[in-house]
Amino acid sequence: MSLPRVATVWLDGCSGCHMSLVDMDERILDIFSRADLVYGPLVDFKEFPEDVDVCLVEGAVSSEEDLHKIRMVRERTKTLVSFGDCAVTSNVPGMRNPIGVGPLLDRAYLENVTLNPGIPSDIVPKLLPISTPVHRVVKVDVFLPGCPPSADLIFTMLDDLLAGRVPDVAGSRFGR
Amino acid sequence: MTTVYTLRIDGRDVAGSEDATVLDVARENGIDIPTLCHLDGITDRGACRLCMVEITGSNKLTPACMTKIVEGMEVTAHSDRLLEYRRAITEMLFVERNHICAVCVANNHCELQDTAEELGLTHFDLPRISPKVDIDASHRLFSIDHNRCILCLRCVRVCDEIEGAHTWDIMHRGLDTRVQTDMGIPWGESTTCTSCGKCVQVCPTGALFEKGRAVARGSKTRRPFLPWMKVVAEERGL
Amino acid sequence: MSEMPAAARPVRRRVVTEELHEGPIRASAYVCEAASCMSAQAAEITARLGELVAESGLGDVTVKRVGCLGLCAAGPLVEIAQTGQLFERVRPDDVDGIVAALRDVKPTDERRPQGPFFEKQMRVATENFGLVDPESLDDYVGRGGYETLRRVLADMTSAEVRDEITRSGLRGRGGAGYPTGLKWTTVAKAQGSQKYVICNADEGDPGAFMDRSVLESDPYRILEGMAIAAFAVHATEGYVYCRAEYPLAVYRLRAAIRSAQRAGFLGAGIADTSFNFDIQVRLGAGAFVCGEETALIASVEGRRGTPRPRPPYPAVSGLWGQPTLINNVETFANVPAILRRGAEWYASIGHGKSRGTKVFALAGRIVNTGLVEVPMGMTLREIVYDIGGGIIGGRPFKAVQTGGPSGGCIPAQFLDMEVDYESLIEVGSFIGSGGLIVMDDTSCMVDVAKYFQDFCRDESCGKCTPCRVGTTQMWMLLDQITRGEATLDDLATLERLAAIVQKTALCGLGQGAPNPIFSTLRYFRDEYMAHIVDRVCPAGVCAITPVEVMA
Repeated sequence: MSLPRVATVWLDGCSGCHMSLVDMDERILDIFSRADLVYGPLVDFKEFPEDVDVCLVEGAVSSEEDLHKIRMVRERTKTLVSFGDCAVTSNVPGMRNPIGVGPLLDRAYLENVTLNPGIPSDIVPKLLPISTPVHRVVKVDVFLPGCPPSADLIFTMLDDLLAGRVPDVAGSRFGR
Repeated sequence: MTTVYTLRIDGRDVAGSEDATVLDVARENGIDIPTLCHLDGITDRGACRLCMVEITGSNKLTPACMTKIVEGMEVTAHSDRLLEYRRAITEMLFVERNHICAVCVANNHCELQDTAEELGLTHFDLPRISPKVDIDASHRLFSIDHNRCILCLRCVRVCDEIEGAHTWDIMHRGLDTRVQTDMGIPWGESTTCTSCGKCVQVCPTGALFEKGRAVARGSKTRRPFLPWMKVVAEERGL
Repeated sequence: MSEMPAAARPVRRRVVTEELHEGPIRASAYVCEAASCMSAQAAEITARLGELVAESGLGDVTVKRVGCLGLCAAGPLVEIAQTGQLFERVRPDDVDGIVAALRDVKPTDERRPQGPFFEKQMRVATENFGLVDPESLDDYVGRGGYETLRRVLADMTSAEVRDEITRSGLRGRGGAGYPTGLKWTTVAKAQGSQKYVICNADEGDPGAFMDRSVLESDPYRILEGMAIAAFAVHATEGYVYCRAEYPLAVYRLRAAIRSAQRAGFLGAGIADTSFNFDIQVRLGAGAFVCGEETALIASVEGRRGTPRPRPPYPAVSGLWGQPTLINNVETFANVPAILRRGAEWYASIGHGKSRGTKVFALAGRIVNTGLVEVPMGMTLREIVYDIGGGIIGGRPFKAVQTGGPSGGCIPAQFLDMEVDYESLIEVGSFIGSGGLIVMDDTSCMVDVAKYFQDFCRDESCGKCTPCRVGTTQMWMLLDQITRGEATLDDLATLERLAAIVQKTALCGLGQGAPNPIFSTLRYFRDEYMAHIVDRVCPAGVCAITPVEVMA
């Protein structure tokens, strides 16, 4: 019997949630003795595979690439977890929302630049008008807020999911 | 002699003196009802709507903080319906302005965060408003970031009722409502502010904060009460 | 009158009144000088008519300013009192026809029927409309004004007055329909060293102008009604809280108070009795929520006009913490008639638990825009088609919006419904203060709901969370729907949010704000679905551009 397939995705976030995942220490061995890690920044796979059982999504949806990626992930995943405050509320990436994309890019790439000012356009994905939480774009099954969620909470949640229980996220909170 | 009334809250028999509110009696008996605008010692205003409870015989919800107890009253302080309402109201407070916990001085010392955690609020479904909101950092000791203000008006009431300065008040209406100092002038130019810091002490979120505190270092609970009184006294050579 | 903009300030001028004439009057021209006709040069018409009548040497003809004649759509209006002949859309430079008609009036002439707009109405609160000069106490007294107050003070006890009002079945005309007699009794019995009577004239519903018309057309009647109420509840001080957007009403009200004080109908020892009662005017500064009684009281007290949770009700603890009676303008306007003609007479009019008459302001896509008063229980069809003259251009009737931003839309299937407090609530609306906005097939009901939500979010005082935030969120969701950018999940969120705001908001503004959404969803859900699923606006109102939708 094959093990449940777990993936992680990193959208617009700081990778802190992934750090917290690694912060489970030796419990990570326990989790991944019961599951295969099939995709994510912690492992070296180029393509997001089909038939993923659980996917943790870190970060907000901020660019066209994020949008494209999360839709593809959603199609290929059974249980999608909004992982951490950026995914749940858009958090820090969302700080730009009241400002607007135009003034934001002007400030970053024109007004404060002395050498070769210019807004990058060709090689980087276009920003969406606002940075949104994951569940504004695709359906989300489990929410785990926290900045970042603690390693204990991540462990409890994965433990529950792998055992087929409804995950208990009591004790999770925004921020911290 | 005060009269004692007996009543039922969530099926428990409890008692309180005649001038007590439902909230008083509930808390005395360890029944937790969430609140944000309420603060012991200042006038209640029944505005945040988190403490809404059901009273048997009335088809309307009523704020526990402003409802005086009555003999034989039957109160439901917790039900699925009330939980849904309380979550929704907390959610509204989060999405009304720009609460970014990760960069807030009050992170982990915030009553809004606490309320969300207690109520099991894990995400927001209601539309986010994302208004452009100002920060006033003109005062030499404190700042106000309106992004984090939930309009509980504790600052307004404590300044008026306890300090007696009435520096704080409110202006505009609806979503544009803002707390303001001295008819809307910058806080630093206020001639009535005594810099006592009571407003900062009672602010449930990171809206009012002491300058020089880093993210998550704005604890309001573990420091001596009103430390700035000493600073001000020294400045004035007292 | 410093608060009044110069352009709106009425100019004191001489009006030829009946008293100036010796000998019998053969013919009189009554010129409507309520705000609607005034905005179309009614004052110039009165002046010009007066000049022409004088020039023509018609010594037995008078020209008089009167209050609202009702048919605002056809203003400015001039009526020849003896024949009932009505001149519509009169221009100041074209009044020769009226003078000719005045010349032709014979002493034997009788009033001709004026058509269903006038004939089907029943005037109680507005019985002096179009008859008395609103700026003349003499004229009011000449029509029997203040007789009732004199008789009440001379012959009745407070308890008898309250009993009369209770038996009449009169209910609050501000919208909630609370039994007036019961409210008066509560105030009368409440403990307090000083009691107050407040007249709520902070009319703010879009499309509603009943209170304005009453104050502009018959201000003394409100003063008389308030004095009777004060006697009945043992109050000695009164306030009229009127919105500052009604300069003419405020002007006439203040003038009426001054002359009533001079004539001994207000102040100490009214009508040579030991009863004291005086009235002050307070102006609202443009906040809709100040029509809510606790916010109104806060505003009168000089504080920020925001509501507070009830109880305590104002009847027990109101203005300055004292027992306070707050009634709407129209409620007070009914009081003199009830005491003059008796509770049984009043109770004989009406339908079910709603007794008496109701004043409605007809607005929207209706031919006879204007002010009407009908017995409770008249069907919507009679009001809209017989009195209102039907829909402009003969288009199909779609719905009528009642109750302002806390009300709802009543679709065509209920046209034969008898209009009263209960029946309107049953179909998901609300009688409100009496604004009826008629809509035809060119109205998009989602857009209508959005309009009212925009009104509510703009008028929310910001005190309680559900109203301050929720009204904006409901508006955002409706806006998304009208732009064709919403999903069915958004509709579900809207319905959930509306239910929460209704249950948790502090005052009537927030609790009522979701009503237009509920009622349009109840009867016009297909229009919502068309916007969301098919991305079209069936009425062609909403500009929907095809866009990619997230999720």
